[in-house]
Amino acid sequence: MDVKRKVEESAPPIVRYKGISKAYGDHQVLDHIDLDIRPGEKIALIGPSGSGKTTLARLLMTLEKPTSGTIEVNGEQLWHMERKGKLVEADEKHLHRVRGQIGMVFQHFNLFPHMNIIRNVMEALVHVQKLPKAEAEARSLEMLERVGLKDRTHHYPSQLSGGQKQRVAIARALVMQPRIMLFDEVTSALDPELVGEVLDVIKNVASEGEMAMMLITHEMDFARDIADRVLFTDGGRIVEQGPPEQILEHPRSERLKLFLARFRRHFGDSADVMTAVGLE
Amino acid sequence: MQFVTPLLEGLKVNLEILVVSTLLAFLMAFLAGFGRLAKYRVVRGITLVYVEVFRGTSLLVQLFWMYFALPAMHVNVSAMAAAIIALGLNYGAYGSEVVRSCLLAVPKGQTEASIALNMTYPLRMRRIILPQAWRMMLPGFGNLQIELLKGTSLVYLITLADITYKGMILRSANISQQSLIFAWMLVIYFVVAYALVLLIRYFERRAAVGRG
Repeated sequence: MDVKRKVEESAPPIVRYKGISKAYGDHQVLDHIDLDIRPGEKIALIGPSGSGKTTLARLLMTLEKPTSGTIEVNGEQLWHMERKGKLVEADEKHLHRVRGQIGMVFQHFNLFPHMNIIRNVMEALVHVQKLPKAEAEARSLEMLERVGLKDRTHHYPSQLSGGQKQRVAIARALVMQPRIMLFDEVTSALDPELVGEVLDVIKNVASEGEMAMMLITHEMDFARDIADRVLFTDGGRIVEQGPPEQILEHPRSERLKLFLARFRRHFGDSADVMTAVGLE
Repeated sequence: MQFVTPLLEGLKVNLEILVVSTLLAFLMAFLAGFGRLAKYRVVRGITLVYVEVFRGTSLLVQLFWMYFALPAMHVNVSAMAAAIIALGLNYGAYGSEVVRSCLLAVPKGQTEASIALNMTYPLRMRRIILPQAWRMMLPGFGNLQIELLKGTSLVYLITLADITYKGMILRSANISQQSLIFAWMLVIYFVVAYALVLLIRYFERRAAVGRG
């Protein structure tokens, strides 16, 4: 499935990280990151755990605050706002306004356990976007159909499999129509046989959406299929980036070569592994 | 059976105190529970003092304070009001710990998902966090509710004609039957306590929707 769309090279970025750093005490998680994401662009972040890729997404979702640097969303400051001609720290109201353009799917789903599936999806449409209930329900049903769960609308999260839960979480984020969606290791908590159904849904969304996507993933084949650009992070920096073929097949830096080699040894990577094993 | 009627008459006082002081205790539990988690240090400090003073001193002494010491400082409260305020503040202090710990026990992912859906703090509390915390609060509240009921037996020491007071009157007039009188008091307390248990169970079942 070719899901890649032409990304407007000249368009202003939908997201711009500028000199972003994040530290927890002495531990530097992100170290002066600069990164532009163009509207509709699909980027995949790969790298060892603790390399800062999840933090990069969490800063954009306003779940964590950068230590220094700025983030712009659609040309507007996210963590800062202008007051009397000076850039000051954003207040809750400002964050609320800007983060409406961002959506996120989490590794552990984080569905609301006390609400059934349709209410999970409708909740923010009704109470945040203030849509009339009937319209919110119609749009939610449509979205659940898209992720193949129309027959589960009155079930509760505890009654679903991991793959189904994650598809609900995707529907819940999508229905808000964000300009950029963050997928934070969304298949890492799933049983192996359930990974495919979730990846298929994301591919499907990627193929038709104008939406930009940031995928944090350990699924290399998936990154290759979907991403316009793959970024390799290590030690809080973006070490190498480029088109998937270049990054995954012709890595230049030693660190990326090592990461990919280790990765293949642990997880296997279709034909590549066979070749590697055959050669040994 | 001739003892039951006067005892039940006394029970009315206990029930009245039970209902009103429960309402006050609830209010205080939520105010102080949220207060302990407040952004501002002053608020956290004030609530901490309230909670520790009322948990750390005896309920009986608190009753005496309200009823005997405050009038000496020219603050007049009726015995009934003193009983309600003392019980409400005392159990509200305990309840606030239930509220606080249950709010903290809702997984962080729930807050994060709410932020990702751009919910404001009040919306997030009302629709996502509190309904889940509420379910966890119920067993703790159930315990305190029964404790509060039994705590109402102390109000006879500040002159209220509750079930214990009536029992003592009956006893002094029928000293040979005191075992029977005390037995009736036990039974009546137990019946009310059990009714409360059933009520709490009903709420727990209702709050369990969606949990496998």
